Order: sequence, then C-alpha cells, then structure tokens
Amino acid sequence: MKISEEKLLWIYTKMLTQRMLEEKILELIPTGKLTGHFHLGIGEEATFIGACAALEDKDYLLPTHRGLGCVIGKGISLNKIMADIYGKATGTTKGKGGVLRICDASLGVLGLSATLGGIFPIAMGAALSSKLLKDARITLAIFGDGQSNRGTFHEALNLASVWELPVVYLCENNHYAISMPQRKAMAIKNIADRAKGYGIPGKVVDGNDALAVYKITLEAVNRAREGKGPSLIEAKTYRWRPHYEGEGATYRDTKEVVAWKKRCPIRRFRKSLIDLKLLDPLQDEKIKERIAQEIDEAVKFAEESPMPRPEDALDDLFSSSIME
Amino acid sequence: MREITFSEAIREALREEMKRDETVFLMGEDIGRFGGVFGVTKGLVDEFGEERIRDTPISETALVGGAVGASITGTRPVVEIMFADFLAICMDEVHHKAGKWRYSHGGQFKLPLVIRTAMGHVFGAGPEHSECPEAFYLHSTGLKIVLPSTPYDAKGLLKTAIRDDNPILFFEHKLLYNMKGPVPEKEYLIPFGKADIKRNGKDVTIVTYSFMTHEILEASEILSKDGIEAEVIDLRTLSPMDRGTVVDSVKKTNRVVIVEEGNLTGGVGAEIAAWIMEEAFDFLDAPVRRVASKNVPIPFNPIMEGFVIPNTGDIIRAIKEVIQIDH
Repeated sequence: MKISEEKLLWIYTKMLTQRMLEEKILELIPTGKLTGHFHLGIGEEATFIGACAALEDKDYLLPTHRGLGCVIGKGISLNKIMADIYGKATGTTKGKGGVLRICDASLGVLGLSATLGGIFPIAMGAALSSKLLKDARITLAIFGDGQSNRGTFHEALNLASVWELPVVYLCENNHYAISMPQRKAMAIKNIADRAKGYGIPGKVVDGNDALAVYKITLEAVNRAREGKGPSLIEAKTYRWRPHYEGEGATYRDTKEVVAWKKRCPIRRFRKSLIDLKLLDPLQDEKIKERIAQEIDEAVKFAEESPMPRPEDALDDLFSSSIME
Repeated sequence: MREITFSEAIREALREEMKRDETVFLMGEDIGRFGGVFGVTKGLVDEFGEERIRDTPISETALVGGAVGASITGTRPVVEIMFADFLAICMDEVHHKAGKWRYSHGGQFKLPLVIRTAMGHVFGAGPEHSECPEAFYLHSTGLKIVLPSTPYDAKGLLKTAIRDDNPILFFEHKLLYNMKGPVPEKEYLIPFGKADIKRNGKDVTIVTYSFMTHEILEASEILSKDGIEAEVIDLRTLSPMDRGTVVDSVKKTNRVVIVEEGNLTGGVGAEIAAWIMEEAFDFLDAPVRRVASKNVPIPFNPIMEGFVIPNTGDIIRAIKEVIQIDH
C-alpha cells in the first residue's frame, strides 16, 4: 500500500498534537483551573490517530473516554477542545458534558457514552442510518478492553453483522480496565477472537505502530464501505498514565510500565519518517514549535472564554423543533 | 364517523408517517411477517419491505441504543419494545442515552425516536409482563411520555410523536388494543401537553391516563346516579404535563382523586398530588386522594391480580371518601 507523504506527516503531527496537549493538561492540573477527571492517552497515540487517519471527513466517529487523540484526529479545533476542558461556554458541549463529551456533529464526531459500553449500539444505529440513507458513510467506534465485556458489545456486534452494517469496532486494548487486568477479565488472549462469534473479520494489530493501525483500519473501512459489513480490530497498546490523573496506580508492575515506555509510538514513527527522509530534526522542531503555539493559543482562548451562566444549565434538554 | 380499533389506529399512524417520510423505519422483535405479538404492525412489511420493517433478535439494548445512533444521523426510528417491563433491560439506553444525549453534547443533536411499548395487566401475564412503569421515566430528564386511552388519541398522538425531534416513550395499554372508537379518515395531529376532559363534572376532579380512563368513566356513570358528577381528565402525556387543565378543574370542583395503574409508592400520582398542593392548595376542600396498584408485583393468579390493580369499586370508594369530607 502506497501512503502519501502528506498522510504520513498528518499522522505524525496529530500524534504529536495529542501528546503535547495531554502533557499541557498535566501542567495545568496543579493550577486548579481545570475541573473533572482526566483520562489521558499518552503512549496510545498510534492507535487513536492511526485509526482516524483511515476515515473520510463525512464518516462518523464515536470516541472512547481516553479519546482526546480521537477528537484531534477527526479535526475538532484545539480552541474548542481546550474550552471543553475548561468547561467554558465556547466548548463543543458548552460546559454540559466536559472533557469526556467533546464532539462536533458537523465533523461526524457523534459523542461519548459515559456509561462504558453504551457506544456499541449507538455506533450500530449510526451505521444503520447510513445503510438506509445510502450515504456511503462508515462509523468507527473506538473502545477500551474493559468495555468489550459489556453485554451491549454482544448485542450490537451481533446485529451489525446480521445486517451487514458499515461499522468498524476498534478496541484500544491497553490491558487494564482501571485496575482489572485483561487476564482476569476474560479467558481469551485476543479480544479480536470474539469476531468469530459474529462471523466477521477480527484482526490484532500492534497499537503502537501508527502505520499498521492505519492500514488495518483502512482495510476494514473499505470493506464496510463496499457493503461487506462490520469488522473488529484489536490494537494492543498501553497507557503510560494512571486510569485518571490523581489516581494512585498501585496495580501495575513498574517494570511493565517502563518496558512499554520504551516502545513509544511517536519516537518510532519519527524514526521511520527520518529514515524515509520525509523529516529532518530542523523540520521536526518547527512542527513542535507550531503545535506548542497552537496549544498556547488554545489555552489563552479557553481562559479568556466566558463561563456559562448558571441558568444555561436549563437549556439544550429538548429540541423545540417539530418536523414539518 | 367510522370506528376502528386502537391497534388499527396505531397501524394507520405508522403507515401514514412511513409514507410521508422515507426516513421513518421500524425495529422490533417479531414485528415483520409475524406482525408483532399484539398484531399492531401486521401487514406493514408487505407494504414497506424488510429494510424499513426490521425484525430483530432479543436485543433490547441494541434496539434502543441503535435507535439513538440512528436518530442522531438522519433517520427516524420507531422501536417496538414488546412489553413495557422490558424497558428495564435497556434502562441505560432509555434514561442515559436517549434522555441525555442531546443535553450532554451541548444541544448539538436531535433525537427523533419513538419507543412504542405495551403496558399494563392483561389477565394473568404475571410479574414481568404486566407492569405500568411510566413513573420511572417521568423521573428521567429529556424524555417525552405519551399514554393514549382511545383509538382517536392513539393515532393523533403517535403521528405527533414520529414528527417530534425528541425521544418519546409511547405506552400502549394491552387492554386497549381491541377497543373500538371513532377515528376520522382525514389526517389530524394531537399536540403534546394538552389534557383531554373526557367527562365534564362539577363535584370532583379525577386525573388519570391510559386504560384507567375507561374504569373511571364507568365509575362516573354509577356515581352520577347518586348525584355525584365527576370531571375526568385524561392527561394523555405525562411529559409535558398539562397542569393548567388540572388546576382549572380543581378550582371548580375543589376535590381531586388521581388514578393510575402503576403501584402507589413513588408513582405518577405522588408527583401530581405534590404540585396540586403547591399550585392549588387554597382551592382544596379535601385532601388529595390517590388510587393505584398495591405495592407488590402484579401476580399471575387473576383473583390476586384483580385485588392488586385498582378497579371501579376502588375508584368509587375513593371518590365517595373525598366527597364526604365536608370542609
């Protein structure tokens, strides 16, 4: 598969953006300006960005709760993302949903189910719309290993496969559901094996290899777009941070964390770009500077943005429109 | 005017709306060739095909969650949940997803979806097939709740529900399905939040909805012979709720009985009684009285079932108690 230089640089830039934005959040947390819990995906950039790289603009995405990379990958602006992080009126959820619910209907980001596992049927339903409307869109649902243990996983994948819906289910397997290791939660090694139960392809991929994730997702996306139905992909990766910032993560062996940090997806991708002579250290510095500047501008935008008024809490419950 | 059954009225509403808008589609267990376990969707698959009349496996969470996903992406799903008791299976999808998706995401999405479901007792269906669970969902946010009592109301309200851009719970009482009533052939819609006074009276206001409306109308005729004229208000929708019609009636009669088929504690009547106290206390000549099912599951045995669920006798007794309290 020939991948354009532009696409490769896009993947690199977006991965860096996720990493640097999440590192900025780590800096901002002690200032007390942010509220809510932060589930950071540092170390998992290749999975989120590699998967999003396979989507077209019109396609739908349902991100996971560790999904800042996903919403960056689908094109939501850093200003809006940062405003959501600050809970400001200028964020995509206007302070209602917070960092978890960052979404943009116009970019196909359909929102997040904060009860984990709620995403499976919703993604199935979005794909059903596409099938009925023949709009050639596909839906990508990204979820963690823990979520795959919900009954909703079974109901939705079963129905999506029976109806041959254009949906790709991509598991970000970081091996822990908060403290619960995968080995204690399921008797199988590969979550992708569950695809057999639905008669659909199930593929395992190195979730720290952005190109591999991109290629395997694109294959599933193309299959879905051709009307051949859903796929299940399992990207094996690892979160460097605790489940949420502030948690005393005592359940993981330090050696395990260190070993995974040695497999940094960004360092690896940078090396390939340099080897391919698509990037040199000077260009790399320039990219980083530009991203840092964008992030600083986003922080400024968010800090200067107005808070929602208390009574704004009463808006947005019902749509007032009745279809004519 | 011609008379058709409650089932036929619902089927007509579905058919007309599907003809009118090709983004409307149906999903549910056994709704296709089989026509639904209550026969409501009979024949629709012949007219609209299997793409738009979708039979599903036993997967309530996928059905309602799927309807949420479909509704935010340009189609208008109408889901059938076979028994209203089964809404508990997909409570996350109803309460959190359908009820909160728009709000949590800053009002970016519209959720034009309808969940039709059969509720209420039907001679020995037992504890998990007889429930009237609407009070659970009245406590939810972001849902509209519709409970018609006649074929006329069922058709007009369902057409409105399908055209509404919000999630709707549409409760159909099983004992109403075969009930006949006048339904015009000409198209009409009934707006939400407008109660219907099914009987005018000056002595006592009875607030109710769905099947109990008929038990009350029967009781009212018996009471009329004793010179007691009950005003029967059929709320038709619990969310939005037409408080104005109720308060106006209370101002006239000064006495209220609220009747529901769900069980008493934490019920719809508790909510209505509370705001009548807040908004019309000065007009009351007697305490508000609630009539509801006893606080047990609906038992299988018809003798016990009949004892648990309110009947015309219970309603007459409650009304007489309220009337006899002399201010």
